[in-house]
Amino acid sequence: MENSTAKSTTTFESVAIRFAGDSGDGMQLTGTQFTETTALAGNDLATFPDYPAEIRAPAGSLAGVSGFQIHFSSREVHTPGDEPDVLVAMNPAALRANIADLRHGGILIANTEQFGVKNLERAGYTSNPLEDGSLSNYRVFPVDITNITLRAIADVGLNQRAAVRTKNFFALGLVYWLFSRELTHTEQWIQGSMAAKDPLAAEANLKALRAGWNFGDTTEMFAQRYEVPKARITPGRYKNITGNEATALGFLAAAELSGLDLFLGSYPITPASDILHSLSKQKHLGVRTFQAEDEIAAIGATIGAAYAGGLALTTTSGPGIALKSEAMNLVMMLELPLVICDVQRGGPSTGLPTKTEQSDLLQVLFGRNGESPIPVIAASSPGDCFYTAIEAARIAVTHMTPVVMLTDGYLANGAEPWKIPNMAEMPRIPVKFHTDPATFKAYARDEFLARPWAIPGTPGLEHRVGGLEKANITGNVSYDPNNHDAMCRLRAEKVARIARTLPPCEVYGDAEGDVLVVGWGGTLGALRAGTERAREAGHRVGHLHLRHLNPLPDDLGDVLRRYRKVLVCELNLGQLWFLLRARYLVDAVSINKVQGKPFKEAEIARAIIEHAGSKA
Amino acid sequence: MSVQAFLSEISHTDPTALGRKDFQTDQEIRWCPGCGDYAILAQVHKTLPELGIPRENFVFVSGIGCSSRFPYYTNTFGMHSIHGRAPTIATGVKVLRPDLSVWVVTGDGDALSIGGNHFIHAMRRNVDLKILMFNNRIYGLTKGQYSPTSEQGKKTKSSPLGSVDYPFNPISLALSAEATFVARGIDVDAKGLGAVLERAAKHKGTAFVEIYQNCNIFNDGAFDYLTDRKLKAEAELRLEHGKPLRFGLNGEKGIALDAQMNPMVVDVAAHGEDKLLVHNEENAALGFFLSRLVAPEFPTPVGVFRSVTKPTFDGMMEAQLEQARSKSKGGGVQRLLDAGETWTVE
Ligand code: SF4
Repeated sequence: MENSTAKSTTTFESVAIRFAGDSGDGMQLTGTQFTETTALAGNDLATFPDYPAEIRAPAGSLAGVSGFQIHFSSREVHTPGDEPDVLVAMNPAALRANIADLRHGGILIANTEQFGVKNLERAGYTSNPLEDGSLSNYRVFPVDITNITLRAIADVGLNQRAAVRTKNFFALGLVYWLFSRELTHTEQWIQGSMAAKDPLAAEANLKALRAGWNFGDTTEMFAQRYEVPKARITPGRYKNITGNEATALGFLAAAELSGLDLFLGSYPITPASDILHSLSKQKHLGVRTFQAEDEIAAIGATIGAAYAGGLALTTTSGPGIALKSEAMNLVMMLELPLVICDVQRGGPSTGLPTKTEQSDLLQVLFGRNGESPIPVIAASSPGDCFYTAIEAARIAVTHMTPVVMLTDGYLANGAEPWKIPNMAEMPRIPVKFHTDPATFKAYARDEFLARPWAIPGTPGLEHRVGGLEKANITGNVSYDPNNHDAMCRLRAEKVARIARTLPPCEVYGDAEGDVLVVGWGGTLGALRAGTERAREAGHRVGHLHLRHLNPLPDDLGDVLRRYRKVLVCELNLGQLWFLLRARYLVDAVSINKVQGKPFKEAEIARAIIEHAGSKA
Repeated sequence: MSVQAFLSEISHTDPTALGRKDFQTDQEIRWCPGCGDYAILAQVHKTLPELGIPRENFVFVSGIGCSSRFPYYTNTFGMHSIHGRAPTIATGVKVLRPDLSVWVVTGDGDALSIGGNHFIHAMRRNVDLKILMFNNRIYGLTKGQYSPTSEQGKKTKSSPLGSVDYPFNPISLALSAEATFVARGIDVDAKGLGAVLERAAKHKGTAFVEIYQNCNIFNDGAFDYLTDRKLKAEAELRLEHGKPLRFGLNGEKGIALDAQMNPMVVDVAAHGEDKLLVHNEENAALGFFLSRLVAPEFPTPVGVFRSVTKPTFDGMMEAQLEQARSKSKGGGVQRLLDAGETWTVE
């Protein structure tokens, strides 16, 4: 493909492309291939897959639209991009579901073959938008993708159904041409992985891919190409990683760093199941995965594993946390190390299972009977899930406590280029099982107020634990009112003391000034980008992204008071905001939404500038 | 540190030196005086030292209810957990630590009501657990509501006009859930209970033992029809593998099939011993058939209904791990981190 006709090439700093089609159109695969090629080309990037909520939505319906957005740049990329510059719409439903997001003046490539009366009707169009002038704000490129593809692969001899399915590779080839990308990576993938499974399909897809590229090169429709130069990226070896993959790897790493055997008890739930899938494949590392009969059994078995001396993990999403809360309280009382990983999704109830939200914060902090302090930490990017998992495990075994790790659907399925860590450079997680019967008291405490981990099989340490209130030190059942008061305070203090081991708050941008943007979890990218834009506009803005939500960092109160305004930005109706106001008596403002979608960079920038400008 | 490494550094105590006293604790027992739980506790304490297992390798997990206080009175590793969930916790212990002898102590409310789901799934998987279910046909700890094994029509605080619930038949349920060992014992029958407990303990796989237990406070005399000295011989059918089903003071009565394959009580002399059903612990259909013999129409079977061996969940998981390890290319987590599509930025 080296010889391209001489079409002019325009250089851009950043581009966002969204591939959209029916769920059967292979949009996720198309997006993944484009992502890998783009990473190899040296751009920084962020991606956002958007799956249809229903598994078997009717073909051509709005409910069945699947999308994949990639934002790539020669600068640092924080988010998958607010508004795509390019939309590839494989059918009318994909167009209708996504056109509102396309930047004015942006490029629309539409597969005309799909724009027949029936499909237009299915998508709710009364006339053909490609012809009725309603798309005049965009640069529209109608291409008969299906038929050109079929002609290109006619000699392969696939049946009609299979042949039509190769059209996404035509679209991919065309977009590769448009953005001056090499075909090499995808060609190799087709000839390797795909050919191993289905050589005939591989041959057809290869032809479709090249046909798409050639089409761009030869047709007069496209007068110019674009390019996005390499970004400056920290040297090292990279791979693309999703939050769920990074989470699974993080717990594997924690097991290796502590020497403990990893046990995962889980019940399938969107969007957390991929962690279960990943870890189920790692039996060679001694990982035991247990697919339980329900959410309660999943954490129950995990408690058993913690008691027996394993690195105990249970994974779930919001509705699963609701079911697990009684058992979480038991572990809190037992003071055993256990990590509960909550991949948050849109709630309440079944809510929006495939969409992202940050609305489980108050549930994991307070959703249990009695005084029930449990540490909570949150990952801020797909790759950060790896380090957050290790941190969660470290807190659990060092402080002998359950720990909640929060991620969300956006992090779980989103991917980013990730610098591959070196295990040899990572600090170990020290673990000690108690052995000496002479000094053994089940609820004696160390400097962290952690009790000893005394596992079955250790001679002379036979003892009983349970959910009833314990006498301090001995752990025997106690109904003494003063003991109960003391124990509730002790358990709270134990969690509060974790703060002593945490680094001080790290603020990005201005260390004091007009506005402090406070966030947590998967909104990091949008908040950072919004902060950058507001600072470029001349405002003095800091961005503080909290990893530890319980306990909060010791110096947080001081940091909050260094700014005239504090904006707490969250994908819920103000949960951290509520907490910070209650805890620090700061008149913080809540910037929030619950649309199942991440923040846009622009909406954060707008909010900051608005509040920075209004002098109190 | 991994558990395996830890265990390799410690030496276990000598199990042959154990006696029943070694399993008693210093905790004041809080069951009502006269409660059937005392007799069961004594039988378990008598059975444990005979198993050749070091004391530190026993784990007792219970849920909530009167019976679930059991771990406090047994000097082993123990957990008094939450209502109905003991089988799940015990499963986790056993899966991580196949070296341990793991027991669940539960009641009719704990196992069959709030914990019904976990109860059947533990048995379906054939996790190597010993599940002792104390059946007193009432809620004791919450002071006397009808339970899922209370007879229909039972008048309690929560069913003043009589309960309209149909009860569970726990043995039928356990057999349907594919438990590989299913037995019934009675609190006051020390000898019979001891024998059943010992076989349950030695069984490899889920062993379910239903133990009839008198709650002398809220359901006193619930099992008198079976335990009363005068009625016992006629009311109880002792199950013995390979032996014909006979009962009565001198074994003069037996169980046979009528023409419709229904059970009937026959006079052995008149009917002929060779026409009696013969107990076979490996016959699943017969086990279920026996579980349907319910008083007062039939004598109540006591002893082992079913005992078969098949691979356990924990054993099969261990085998999968072993197989995966033997095929592993080594390199630990770093190999996984390095795997897949990667690129280098200079
Ligand atoms: S209430 Fe009944 S079952 Fe409970 S301890 Fe008292 S007698 Fe035993």
